[in-house]
Amino acid sequence: MPSYVPHTDAEIAEMLAFVGLSSLDELFEAVPPALRLARGLDIAPGLSEPDTLAVMEGLADRNRRAGRELVCFAGGGAYDHEVPATVRRVAFRSEFVTAYTPYQPEVAQGVLQALFEYQTLLCRLTGMEIANASLYDGASACVEAVNLAVAATGRHTVLLSRGVNPNWRQVLGTYAAGTGHEYVTCDLSGGLTEWRDDAEPAALLVQYPNYLGCLEDLAAARAFADRAGAYLLVAFDPVAAGVLRSPGEFGADVVVGEGQPFGTPLSFGGPYLGVFTCKRDHVRRLPGRLVGETVDADGRRSYVTTLRTREQDIRREKASSNVCTNQTLIAVACAVQLAWLGTSGLHELALRCARGTRYARDALLSIDGVEPLVDAPVFREFAVTTPAAPEVIIERIAEEGYLAGIPLSAEYGERGLLLSVTERRTRDEIDAFVAAFEKVIR
Amino acid sequence: MMPAAAGGKATSAPIMGRDAEPALFELSSPGRRAASFRTTGVPEWSVDELVPVDHRRSQPAPIAELSERDVVGHFTRLSHRQYSVDLGAYPLGSCTMKYNPKLCDDAAALPGLTDVHPAAPAALTQGWLELLARLEQVLCRITGMHAATLQPPAGAAGELTGLLLMRAWHGEHGGQRRKVVIPDSAHGTNPASVTLGAYETVTVPSDERGLVDVAALRERLDEEVAGIMLTNPNTLGLFEEDIAEIAAAVHEVGGLLYYDGANLNAILGVTRPGDMGFDIVHMNLHKTFAVPHGGGGPGAGPVAVSQRLAPYLPGPRPVVGDDGNYRWEDPPKSIGRVHSWHGNALALARAYAYILANGSDGLRRVAEAAVLNANWLRARLRGVYDLPYDRPNMHEFVASTTSLKKEKGLRALDVAKRLLEEGFHAPTVYFPLIVDEALMIEPTETESLQTLEALGDALERIAGGDIDDARHAPRTTPVRRVDEARAARQLIPTWDARE
Repeated sequence: MPSYVPHTDAEIAEMLAFVGLSSLDELFEAVPPALRLARGLDIAPGLSEPDTLAVMEGLADRNRRAGRELVCFAGGGAYDHEVPATVRRVAFRSEFVTAYTPYQPEVAQGVLQALFEYQTLLCRLTGMEIANASLYDGASACVEAVNLAVAATGRHTVLLSRGVNPNWRQVLGTYAAGTGHEYVTCDLSGGLTEWRDDAEPAALLVQYPNYLGCLEDLAAARAFADRAGAYLLVAFDPVAAGVLRSPGEFGADVVVGEGQPFGTPLSFGGPYLGVFTCKRDHVRRLPGRLVGETVDADGRRSYVTTLRTREQDIRREKASSNVCTNQTLIAVACAVQLAWLGTSGLHELALRCARGTRYARDALLSIDGVEPLVDAPVFREFAVTTPAAPEVIIERIAEEGYLAGIPLSAEYGERGLLLSVTERRTRDEIDAFVAAFEKVIR
Repeated sequence: MMPAAAGGKATSAPIMGRDAEPALFELSSPGRRAASFRTTGVPEWSVDELVPVDHRRSQPAPIAELSERDVVGHFTRLSHRQYSVDLGAYPLGSCTMKYNPKLCDDAAALPGLTDVHPAAPAALTQGWLELLARLEQVLCRITGMHAATLQPPAGAAGELTGLLLMRAWHGEHGGQRRKVVIPDSAHGTNPASVTLGAYETVTVPSDERGLVDVAALRERLDEEVAGIMLTNPNTLGLFEEDIAEIAAAVHEVGGLLYYDGANLNAILGVTRPGDMGFDIVHMNLHKTFAVPHGGGGPGAGPVAVSQRLAPYLPGPRPVVGDDGNYRWEDPPKSIGRVHSWHGNALALARAYAYILANGSDGLRRVAEAAVLNANWLRARLRGVYDLPYDRPNMHEFVASTTSLKKEKGLRALDVAKRLLEEGFHAPTVYFPLIVDEALMIEPTETESLQTLEALGDALERIAGGDIDDARHAPRTTPVRRVDEARAARQLIPTWDARE
């Protein structure tokens, strides 16, 4: 087995003598004998590097990969985008991968500047003024957005659109057991949220485009929020933002999202990237780390984590967030991919997703028995109702080499299937998928 | 035979100059572009045909306009302005900056793991479900617990998950309680998580040994105490020797014991939280199991529990049927989901590869060498720095510059900055809060004796050195001391916020 412990037996003996001990066991004298493991851990002994990789490959081989063997039409918060070679080669340089949180800024300018640029890029996308240095995922970003709104307004009810990703809504519900926040779920009508009157909501939380792919009316949501004196929290899609008006233009207070589409493969759901941006007024309530520009002792441009008194290690039980470890490396990958895409590349990426979605949707809806679930305009994702149970279609069409999408739960109606098309899907793939779809439902 | 040189000292790293790296946005030149896309044959509808006018951007989002060569050059230069474990020793106490085996990078990059959609049916993702189920099992065996969730993406998320499990438990067993006890040496995430779990923090002091003051703890225990959160070994690097007594006292009032796994690396194969009486355990896979820290994340913070708490775990969890097939299942009384999907899956795969490679024998070796290194370095620094708790420690120890500050004004911060010039990352400073001018040092098991010697020599030089010299450090780093006060006072959070 490989050992990552460099000590030779002679060195161990020398070190033990230096500290006045005669055996390694004596290092653990402080552990009461009754608590010591008599026979070691009940797990297998170590494996060599190639043997370890063989086990991991054996497991990996038992998954059907997205790609040629399983052409992916599933989205729902996890998207099959290209990750360019530049991102794989540069963002995962070992200096970024094996660094710690930048607590010593003099030797952490690399991570700090990359995060400063990430913050800038995300603000340009969302139309906000402040972005933090990342949260865990889309769900945790929603949780923190709600926490901010509740703390700022002193109210504790949140109007939650049913168009928000159901997994994220579940996470919001889990954390509410601690925070005591109450959620009033607002139904969709024709694919768009119908906001329900509540006396004093702290906030409205809406996804744009929403879980069914539809373009929500953010202007109406803003107006409703204004009447209620509530915050407007928007979970945006950073890819769609290449073409769509930014939530900031619609007057959102906090814009969050899932940053996975930029630089992170599907990865079975993680690590992903929680995007959190807000108006400058809210900076004192910002969760997580924030990088700011400053100067060093010689007056040179430098970067440092700032407004640290918000954070848990200083405020302890008075902190409004417990975030410590975040997703810095994924944020760096996001920044590299956005830099690689550039202004015109991002626009083109969004457009290509929308074109593929239009093409696939039109083709699928031409099949007898496949109907649109809702009529509202969509962007890069769409929902249909299918003549057979979507779970069965997904299972059968997998044998033909396609991941058909995600079955929708009954809250969206009967036999709903959610599909997504990224820039990777070719016309031939879509045509063959639609033909296979028609075959399996017959 | 020539004595070996220190492998963990980074002063040999070359530097090309001392200019600031331009921001991405300064490198931008109109019309440049790196991006290219797959040829798809999909009809090229215009944006006007695809998106209603009310929803359309009037201008493309201004990202930057760069060549691929400029993107690569920029981020490569940034990487040269960044310290890392691969460059040299990183003795940050409590953070466990050990070497991250490259094998785990390769394991987590297998396309059969990276290219899998998290919502794909279980039948198509059997390898992932089995990997996760096996990881749950080995983590339970390492910690002496019954069942686990892999969803929490970080230690703090694990803490909050644990506290919500506590709430769910008490809600069904005698009603909600108000308070959670934590020691004064605890990480800041503990009290912050306690608040988010809707509990009130009750602090218990440490005694002169640096351990939980058991008498003071007993005074604080009553029927309102939901539980206690402990790190063992604690943040002073000391094993809580009275843990069995503490566990009995907390259980006697109906409370639960929460194990903060930040320092689990010290006891691998030696003892287990489950055997100590803990009910809930979180692990920092990015500490103990060598998932790289990524400049601040991603990590992973699985939570393991005793049998009585298993029904409350977040779901869904991977379970295996009699036919050998894996499926997702929600525990019967689940507190619900705590992650968008299944946790930081690739970080979980890295940790599993690390555990496979090390095995039971290797993990015990990890704990032994980590504890040996920390004790060696503490003995080396005796008489050089104050050692407020100068007795056998586990994987880390706390030194202090209190005497040196009185003598010549040398503060922990100065030591940290001078050490950067010596080719090492600084230790954790000013934590734990109960030690004045604290230097919290965790060498980890992957640093050699030669590196420890070089680190000890450097720390001794710094202690004996000129105070003005220390105040002006660091001078050889990409930037010198940065003006943190100005950053907060004149906040510039983005490139576009500059004057």
